[in-house]
Amino acid sequence: KEETGIFLSSDDTFSWSDIISTVEFNHTGELLATGDKGGRVVIFQREPESKNEPYNQGEYNVYSTFQSHEPEFDYLKSLEIEEKINKIKWLPQQNAAHSLLSTNDKTIKLWKITERDKRPEGYNLKDEEGKLKDLSTVTSLQVPVLKPMDLMVEVTPRRIFANGHTYHVNSISVNSDCETYMSADDLRINLWHLAITDRSFNIVDIKPANMEDLTEVITASEFHPHHCNLFVYSSSKGSLRLCDMRASALCDKHSKLYEEPEDPSNRSFFSEIISSVSDVKFSHSGRYMLTRDYLTVKVWDLNMETKPVETYQVHDYLRSKLCSLYENDCIFDKFECAWNGSDSVIMTGAYNNFFRMFDRNTKRDVTLEASRESSKPRAILKPRRVCVGGKRRKDDISVDSLDFTKKILHTAWHPTENIIAIAATNNLYIFQDKVNSEMH
Amino acid sequence: MGEEEGLHQTQLLDTMFVRGLKRKCFDGEEDIEGTLAGIKAIPSYNLQRQSLLDMSLVKLQLCHMLVEPNLCRSVLIANTVRQIQEEMTQDGTWQMINTQSTGQASLDRLVSTDILCRSSREQAEGKHVPGYSTFNKDFEGDQAQDSSETMSTVSSVQAPRNLQSNVWEMENPQENKGNFQKSLDQIFETLENKSPNSVEDLFSEVDNSYYDLDTMLTGMMSNTKMGHCDGLETFSSPTATASNSNCKSDLNELDHIVEILVES
Repeated sequence: KEETGIFLSSDDTFSWSDIISTVEFNHTGELLATGDKGGRVVIFQREPESKNEPYNQGEYNVYSTFQSHEPEFDYLKSLEIEEKINKIKWLPQQNAAHSLLSTNDKTIKLWKITERDKRPEGYNLKDEEGKLKDLSTVTSLQVPVLKPMDLMVEVTPRRIFANGHTYHVNSISVNSDCETYMSADDLRINLWHLAITDRSFNIVDIKPANMEDLTEVITASEFHPHHCNLFVYSSSKGSLRLCDMRASALCDKHSKLYEEPEDPSNRSFFSEIISSVSDVKFSHSGRYMLTRDYLTVKVWDLNMETKPVETYQVHDYLRSKLCSLYENDCIFDKFECAWNGSDSVIMTGAYNNFFRMFDRNTKRDVTLEASRESSKPRAILKPRRVCVGGKRRKDDISVDSLDFTKKILHTAWHPTENIIAIAATNNLYIFQDKVNSEMH
Repeated sequence: MGEEEGLHQTQLLDTMFVRGLKRKCFDGEEDIEGTLAGIKAIPSYNLQRQSLLDMSLVKLQLCHMLVEPNLCRSVLIANTVRQIQEEMTQDGTWQMINTQSTGQASLDRLVSTDILCRSSREQAEGKHVPGYSTFNKDFEGDQAQDSSETMSTVSSVQAPRNLQSNVWEMENPQENKGNFQKSLDQIFETLENKSPNSVEDLFSEVDNSYYDLDTMLTGMMSNTKMGHCDGLETFSSPTATASNSNCKSDLNELDHIVEILVES
């Protein structure tokens, strides 16, 4: 299986605000949205495949760029509200326009993206520049006609869902009913109707009466892909809670609690921190959940609450470095995870611009690198290896030479094809599996 | 030198903590655990645990800057502190360290705990710490010597005062504002009700020695996550950059401001 790379954005010097903070394909995979720390959203569109230029097929090019959020100042608390885009979620397409939700720490916005490629010409009362005509010059009536023009992509904010969150929003998820969505912060989850911005329903609240007693926060949440009443949220203690909105208005009592008992032989002061779940994703089938904690990715069967059905080690060689990673705060890095379209392969990022893929059927895994050096256009990615003492092969990297500032936190997989988007700091990489795409 | 020792210490901490060295009961001897005589390089588990505790407390304090701190991170660090405390209580290490307090010199060091532990709200109310300059000098003096040992001693005297009168034993910690401690609940309180009076107050709170401590412990000022530096850069220049040198020049200015405040 070969992976070829197409390298999109480039800058040797970049500013803090260019760092990509989220990546998301839309439901068809035609569009890919990225958000950055500067509050901007960039949407890429896949070029339609053409037989004339087979090498250009399926490339993603910039479609639209807009400023989604601006920095704000909370005067009550004298604190800045960052404009960083935490999450983007696409709405299923219902007409010619595309819509997406983007959120920063506090405010969620619904954006509508429309195309304009024609414009009316031949008005009776206005001239080409739009100025009113001198009526004495109008001697006959004409019917305005639509003439083609250069494609213009217009993005307009349709809804602003503000003041719903005291704490920082970490997830948003659109319900399969396409009418509602939820937003989760550290302590609460709210349910919104897409058309109503002045109120939301609180469906989960884990804030203790006394903040002194706070020991656990919500880290991620998602609606079930098919059952509009079910959603899951993960916690900093490594547990998952599946909730049913039909059971009660306030879903504080979970329907199911998924938790793996701690391994006593591996217990340390850092056990809790590394068990904190940074991302949770339902499989496309809806039968499984994928979670990412600091060192592993785990597949959970919805029917089994006692332990995950599969556990994959992402970078177990870091287990002996946890104190250093605690010191430099890397232990708090939140990595995301992703399923492929058929739920047979899972992917997640790591350090040194490495990302990992695990095939659930063959149990084989691979480490790849997203870097300019190893990703000339059309180049085939070479598997990488981290050596942990012992024998060292030629291109291996030792654990001590890993660059912990190069972290792949955000990854996305095309909904149906083997195309992946990898955010490496300020750069976006899109890799395609050419072998498989030829088979389509 | 201080930086190297800080790094070395952390690597050793890694070794100690790899397989969950969690002692169930204190064996009553304050000896160097698991080392051969003469190998000064491997500090005892207790000292390492103390070091982790200090690091955690500093991390909790350092997240009080201009952007709202990351609650998840704060909760995880606070839980780590709790775990260490519980273990130290079970060990009986608590009582042992408590009886070690001596004289005027250590009183200065106890006072310096105040700086580390004060909530930003208290600092905004304009309380000055009398022993502040002493702390600075002591600290820099320590750095010149064998800092790992000295720092551990200093911290071991400091820490029990921190933790003794914290939330676990008190009914209403908010009434103890006048004390030295900053309990974990106060951290969360301030996360909720942060209201420093002005930008100048925010700057005056920043203690330059924090950054020294941080540098020493981490051995590097990393460019990646600079929660505390971020805020400084935002105020000093409109375009935020990930430049380390920006941070350091801001620190020099702060150093100056802080010196003026202390002398007044």
